[in-house]
Amino acid sequence: MSSKVLIEVADLNFAYPDRPKVLNNFNLTWRAEERIGLAGPNGVGKSTLLFLIMGLLKAQSGVIEIFGKQRREEKDFQAIRPQMGFVFQDANDQLFCPTVADDLAFGPLNLGLGHDEIHRIVERVLARLGLMGFEHRVTYDLSGGEKKLVAIGSALSLNPRLLILDEPTANLDPVTVARLEGVLAESGLPYLVVSHDHEFLDRVTTRRLEIRPNLS
Amino acid sequence: MTCDLHPGSSFLHQLDPRLKIVIVAIWSFLAALIQTLPAASFALAGSLLFALAGRLSPRETLTRLVKVNAFLLVIWFLIPFSFSMPGRTVGSFGFFTVTAEGLQLALLLTLKANAVALGALAFFGTSSVTQLAAAAHRLGASEKITAIFLLMLRYFHVIRQEYVRLRLAMKVRAFRPTFSLHTYRSYANLVGMLMVRSMDRAGRVHAAMLCRGYTGRFWFYDHFSFTRLDLAGVALAILLVAGVLVLNVI
Repeated sequence: MSSKVLIEVADLNFAYPDRPKVLNNFNLTWRAEERIGLAGPNGVGKSTLLFLIMGLLKAQSGVIEIFGKQRREEKDFQAIRPQMGFVFQDANDQLFCPTVADDLAFGPLNLGLGHDEIHRIVERVLARLGLMGFEHRVTYDLSGGEKKLVAIGSALSLNPRLLILDEPTANLDPVTVARLEGVLAESGLPYLVVSHDHEFLDRVTTRRLEIRPNLS
Repeated sequence: MTCDLHPGSSFLHQLDPRLKIVIVAIWSFLAALIQTLPAASFALAGSLLFALAGRLSPRETLTRLVKVNAFLLVIWFLIPFSFSMPGRTVGSFGFFTVTAEGLQLALLLTLKANAVALGALAFFGTSSVTQLAAAAHRLGASEKITAIFLLMLRYFHVIRQEYVRLRLAMKVRAFRPTFSLHTYRSYANLVGMLMVRSMDRAGRVHAAMLCRGYTGRFWFYDHFSFTRLDLAGVALAILLVAGVLVLNVI
């Protein structure tokens, strides 16, 4: 079980139109229970890699295998996206509903769950985040740290098999970072986290991956 | 329900949001058609009753009504003077004459406008916007329109913040608006940048929605039920509507 592969990326190549390649024959094997930290300078393709894994961008060439199956089309990704809790760099991109409860309910609603069950999920996720009583708070009134926690909650409410986080600690104070670390640890999920904060990565990950600039 | 203007659990808070939309629509339409002062006064009293039933905070409600009445000031400056031909003159300021008909009409308009505003505040202020949007959707508003409404509500603030940040960034670099091409060009850049950023953000929001299983259908996290309390609401509304109608005919 421990050697089961969650995501396998092989020979991935990607370039934005009219720009140099960002990913050059990139390879990654993510085994179950691994908590991977992804580091590297700005513009090296970290976020791009995450978007490719989520099927939000299309690679020029290469293979992406998720949960034991190769994923190519939008259709393939649609089926598994809710199983991969993705947390965007900017919580304002992720939280688009008027209230916290609406945002936490958005994923479960898409999965077709019933109202009562969704209500339970919302309560449970808020408890996990330590944000009890935040259901009807207006999203734009939240602090940056609260927004980030709710954004993670909006991924957790899907009950995903893994988490992917793009620079979750950016602009957070140390107290909120500590809370975030707690949430990650308690989730019990394998995750891949992009960060420039090496001490943070040391604390929360089991393996470090460095993407180097493509100098070719 | 802290998203609404007036949180609480009053009679109005517990009414089905769908019913609220219907009542406000009928009530506003009715108020707009009123021709007599007694009917208009009765309508305002009815709205006041709604406001009490919703336990609106008096201060916030007054602040909002003051804004409505600021617009009505214009009416008071114009209409009393514009009935010079058939009207009975009440007084005159030099060249201008004030007529009884004019004063009456201005008063009528003021009463009607306040009745509509207070009624809408009472019903809409006691439901969250999400509830109201979902209710509007159930009443036949298209999914797209409802989704656009909710997204607009959410991102209005984000875009505003972005605007304020950009504006500050201009200020700290010694930008001061003058009557010059440079000023217009800078403003054009600001507006352009806001649009580009909004476009980009829209793309990212869509991507984030896809990541949470969005496939083109917008679901609403709400369920409504028509209860006995709603029947009481209907009865109250019918009573008040009948009162307005009777007074308007007399």
